[in-house]
This record gives sequence, C-alpha cells and structure tokens, in this order.
Amino acid sequence: MEEDIKPDKKINIKGLVCPYTFVKAKLAVEDMEVGQVIEILLDYEEASRSIPKSMEDHGQKVLKVEKINDTDWILLIRKEKE
Amino acid sequence: MEFTEDQLQRYSRHIILPEVGGKGQRKLLHAKVFIVGAGGLGCPVGYYLAAAGVGTIGMVDNDTVELSNLQRQIAHSTKTLGIHKVDSAKATFEALNPDIKVVGIKDRISKDNIKDLIKNYDIVVDGSDNFPTRYLVNDACVMLKKPLVSGAILKFEGQVTTILPGEGHCYRCLFEEMPPPGLVPSCQEAGVIGAIPGVVGSLQAIEVVKLILGKGDVLKNTLLIYDALKTTFRRVKVPKNPHCPVCGDNPTITELRDYDAEYCRI
Ligand SMILES: [Zn+2]
Repeated sequence: MEEDIKPDKKINIKGLVCPYTFVKAKLAVEDMEVGQVIEILLDYEEASRSIPKSMEDHGQKVLKVEKINDTDWILLIRKEKE
Repeated sequence: MEFTEDQLQRYSRHIILPEVGGKGQRKLLHAKVFIVGAGGLGCPVGYYLAAAGVGTIGMVDNDTVELSNLQRQIAHSTKTLGIHKVDSAKATFEALNPDIKVVGIKDRISKDNIKDLIKNYDIVVDGSDNFPTRYLVNDACVMLKKPLVSGAILKFEGQVTTILPGEGHCYRCLFEEMPPPGLVPSCQEAGVIGAIPGVVGSLQAIEVVKLILGKGDVLKNTLLIYDALKTTFRRVKVPKNPHCPVCGDNPTITELRDYDAEYCRI
C-alpha cells in the first residue's frame, strides 16, 4: 500500500550532513499541511536513521525508509501535527 | 520569510528543537526587546538575545565604560574604556550577529521618557542597578501592560522574576515601597562576584526567549533566588496583591514619579 503513496513535496538533501539534514527536513515539513507527505532524498547514512527517529519524536509518521542505491536513501514522511 | 543558508547554520541548534523550529526562530527574528541598563545584567541578557537572533534590541544607559566594570560587564572591553556603554554593547552584539539591530539610547531613564522608550517593544528587561529605576520600570510596564523580566544581583546572590501585567504579580506586590536609603547596602558593601550577573542575566534571557516563543512556564507569581555560596535556587511564591498600589484593584499610583533618593549603584 505504502508504495502507492504519492508525495506532495520532494526535497533533495544530498551532500548535507547533520544537523543540516534534519534542519532542512524539519523546515520542509513545517511548510506542509497536516496529512501531506514528503519524500526526502539523502546520501548521509546517519541521517537515514536519525531523521526518521527525530521525525517520530516530533510526532510525524515515517512511512518508508529505503536504500535505493549504493549511496542514496529515500524517506517518506507524513505530517501528523503542526 | 525564507532563511538564508547562513541563518540555517547560525540558528540550526534552535530550529531542531521541537519548541522552536523555523516558526519560533522567525518569532525571535521579529521580536523587539528593550533592556534597561547596559551593565552587569544588560550585557549577558543582550549578548544571548543577540546570539539568539532577537531582531531588535533597545538599550538605554547613560554611563561610559570604566575599568571597574570589566570584572563583570562582558559586552565591554579594555578597548572600549571611556566610550558609552550602549555604543560598546551595540558593537559587540552586532559583531556577534549581523542579523540583529541594536538601538542604543544614551540617556538616563526617567518618568518623562520611559513610556516613549518602551512603547514600541514587545518585552522589557530590567537590568538596572538601583531601586528608583526598578520601581519606575515596574510601574511603567504595569501601566503599558508590557511583560517585564526583572533581575537583581548583590554579592553572592541573584533574583529573577517575570511580571505579566494583568496576569500575575508585579514588583510592588512583592515590595510595596522602596527600602529607605539607609537599609540598602552602602557602597563598600555592594560587591558582587562577576559571574553572578552572568547567571541572572542568562536566566532573564531564557525567560525572554520563552515569552517570545510562547513555550514553557515563566516566573509569573514567582521570585527565583539564587544563592551562589550555597549553590541553591529557591522559588518563592509571590501572589498578585489585590491591594497593590500600582497593579491592584484600586491603584493609588496612576502616574509615574521619579525617585531621587541617594542610592548606591551596584
Ligand atoms: Zn502589583
């Protein structure tokens, strides 16, 4: 089912390291409406774990964490609260 | 308002906090805070508010930097001896953060200018060093309904309280009238450890940030007392006094007065 979700917004944060990975992701989520989904493309491995964890701590829903090739990950996150 | 890349880096440790985020940082950048005094308390308060990106910081002080100030007034330096404290502080704060604007006023605060000085600001911080100013600032903030974060220091002790006119206590609910001059410490007794205003000023800066963000609990109806010798913090409840002469139900102080008694300045 989750494969069918079409993101409302996509950001590419390749090349960024912590904490800027999360800064960019968080600001992008702030600008969305509750219920919208964001796709985040990144290449910093630690952020593939820390962004989902921080997003859940902030009350958002992590729909998908997927390694798509040797260097990149895609995250799908749904905004659950302001 | 979009953040620049520099701002994302500068404020990243704010933005990643759930209580702040981009929204909170924008509030800080748009906030206007007025600080009474550019001395022991005004220096750390202004320093941290500047670092936090508080967009407009007003400061009033008529003094120039003296060597005896430098043991605790950390916005000034040996290089700024003799120049006005508000100019010295403005240079320090704007060097730390070019996003912000410091409006320095070289004047003595009085009943005639205080309302005009503070009326365009969101929050007032009292970092003054004497009772007449403390009461004047309190009364003006109550009359204009400006949130006031008040601090005081002496020797090894500090006090902080946050006055939200109409909601909580004011300084006169706590001490209705100024102590007579004989009861306040004489000049020889008015020493202070330099880091005490650092502790108290930092607490004031955090109260201001919380007020701007609308997060957490501030020291409303509460006086926080720091005892550095014992390393203790004590919270004392200060209920709003319905008979308070300035914020009570039937106030007797309805216009500002200047108190010119001779007080030692700390
Ligand atoms: Zn009162």
